[in-house]
Amino acid sequence: MTAPSKTLRVLILGATSGIAEATGRIYAREGARLVLAARQPQRLEDIAADLRTRGAAQVELAVVGFAAEADYRARLVELAESLGGLDHILLAYGVLGDQEAAQSDWRQAADIIDVNFRSAAGWTLAAADYLEHQGNGSLVVLGSVAGDRGRRANFIYGAAKAAIATLVEGISHRFAGKGPHVVVVKPGPTDTPMTAGMKKGGLLWSSPQRVAAIVRRAADGGAPVVYGPWFWRYIMLVIRFLPASIFNKLNI
Amino acid sequence: MTGFQLDLGVTSWGRVLRLLHQVARPAFRDEIETQIIAAAAEPRGVLGSGLRRSYGDSGLNADGHLIDMTALDRLIAFDPKTGRLTAEAGISLKEILSFAIPRGFFLPVTPGTRNVTLAGAIANDVHGKNHHGAGTFGRFVRELTLLRSDGSIRALSADDETGLFAATIGGLGLTGIIATAQIELIPISSAMMDAQTVPFGDLDEFFAVAAESEPSFDYTVAWVDCLAKGTALGRGLFSRGRHAAQGPLAVHEPGTGRNLPTDLPGFALNRLSIGAFNALYYRNGRRHVDLASVSYLPFFYPLDAIGNWNRLYGRAGMYQYQSVIPPTVARDATAEMLGQIAKAGEGSFLAVLKTFGNLPSPGLLSFPMEGTTLALDFPNRGTETLALLARLDGVVKEARGRLYPAKDGRLPPEMFVSGYPGLDRFRSFVDPGFSSSFWRRINA
Repeated sequence: MTAPSKTLRVLILGATSGIAEATGRIYAREGARLVLAARQPQRLEDIAADLRTRGAAQVELAVVGFAAEADYRARLVELAESLGGLDHILLAYGVLGDQEAAQSDWRQAADIIDVNFRSAAGWTLAAADYLEHQGNGSLVVLGSVAGDRGRRANFIYGAAKAAIATLVEGISHRFAGKGPHVVVVKPGPTDTPMTAGMKKGGLLWSSPQRVAAIVRRAADGGAPVVYGPWFWRYIMLVIRFLPASIFNKLNI
Repeated sequence: MTGFQLDLGVTSWGRVLRLLHQVARPAFRDEIETQIIAAAAEPRGVLGSGLRRSYGDSGLNADGHLIDMTALDRLIAFDPKTGRLTAEAGISLKEILSFAIPRGFFLPVTPGTRNVTLAGAIANDVHGKNHHGAGTFGRFVRELTLLRSDGSIRALSADDETGLFAATIGGLGLTGIIATAQIELIPISSAMMDAQTVPFGDLDEFFAVAAESEPSFDYTVAWVDCLAKGTALGRGLFSRGRHAAQGPLAVHEPGTGRNLPTDLPGFALNRLSIGAFNALYYRNGRRHVDLASVSYLPFFYPLDAIGNWNRLYGRAGMYQYQSVIPPTVARDATAEMLGQIAKAGEGSFLAVLKTFGNLPSPGLLSFPMEGTTLALDFPNRGTETLALLARLDGVVKEARGRLYPAKDGRLPPEMFVSGYPGLDRFRSFVDPGFSSSFWRRINA
């Protein structure tokens, strides 16, 4: 219950995702005012009760189908105005999809791209405009290490995450020397409901709490690309520079 | 099927058994019901699972289904006027303390580890060092919601007259999935404890120190050197304490994340090493007799500082053995058990002795009753260990005592039946879709 100098106003898009919920708890402990947006109303209620109990000064809920939204800008402004402006925006929704099915079924591939890039780009651009107009604030977008090099296990998801990361980098360039801050956080494998079904454990898996702490820090400023945890920067550096002749032999 | 996955490595804290389960880990309450219904229809049914700190087979459901509740750790409401906290029951006691302490509250009863879930604390009706004044954890449970395999959601409160609430407290998870619960926290003024260690030379002295301490100290427990023989039989250190009247309300964490990454070789804990440890611990303890200010962490949870301490016992694992003996025969039966253990040379680091008070436990199968409880752990050396435990069974049975299912992996069925008079009534509340390895063993 460390009292921050100012009560933050925070919008979380995809508030029921594992990393978003853990980040929400950090904001709640700080006494922040929150707008939580997600698809399932009952799950939103469960999380809202938790964050209120943990100390959030205010929690507003919005049922949003992110990929289905017709007017990102209008909806974002509406969500922002429910708190009278925003200090931080976290875009955390996403879907892993079924790579094997999606590579031969365009509809499934399109869904993965729709959720993780097309609509995410719409929300990100709308958020960037909002913050630029406001003159300050932070936008944190969740990417993935999967976007740093295509792998057979998840390259459609990875391609969408690569695209959103490039978009965020571009916005960061656009904001250079101006008030707002934008950053893409690229988590490694994280033990959340999204990765249910995978074999977990081992040194490379992180808890959502650990990644959430990185997300929360990233919102306070700093580099436009942050890995979660930090060591993924170096792992991905190596993987990106591996010649295809070696990379293609790896079973990763 | 609805999120269940095969897991070959599910084990309990004693690590004697390593069994195959289908495990689901719901992230939201709205997922549980369909998982229960699907799994309850399968052979061997379903059981809720938490942080797996039960030692034996009561938290396992071999070749059946488990619903891992640890992702359900949300708070629902807290009333600082009454101290009542409502939460999803997969939350750990550690997490509850992190929330409660800065607000000036503490768990009303806590076992020797913070790494148990709220549902686990209820399903085993756990006790702590304050049993003589506070009774069991279940006494502080005001409400709970129970999900049953018929699809019903039962909202139960402590004044429930159907008996389902009483069956669920200490009910080993067999009455359904405890989805949420409300408990009453106790107010504290400081995270620090005023604590003191008093050495005692034998069992008579233990009982004298216990009687003298209980009126003025909320928390008491004793460590016994169970390798000491003859006149030193029953020597040990008596620890007593209370919440400090003032100080910071700060959440404490162990300094470094000490974690035993791998199993110690099985020979690491033997008669000589445990004997040396015990003698040293005893002499060391004798020096600290003043009332000292210590954090709640080492006072309540000394072993939480070493994650996976159960790996000390090597791959073969260990048995825990915890009994309670009624007051009139407590002294003699305890002396007899310590004598048997010393004779067998099967020592343990953790021989813990405590007197239970006369506050009734609310559960039909609650372990605590008025008397003296002795908790021991033994490295698993196969038949030798089991033979000693069978001799201890004889002492407990003769003294009309009973054993704690959470600590057990081999309790003979007839001993469970004779030790728990509420068992017959309990059976009618067991959800037919629920089962456990322990329950099948008891009913075999």
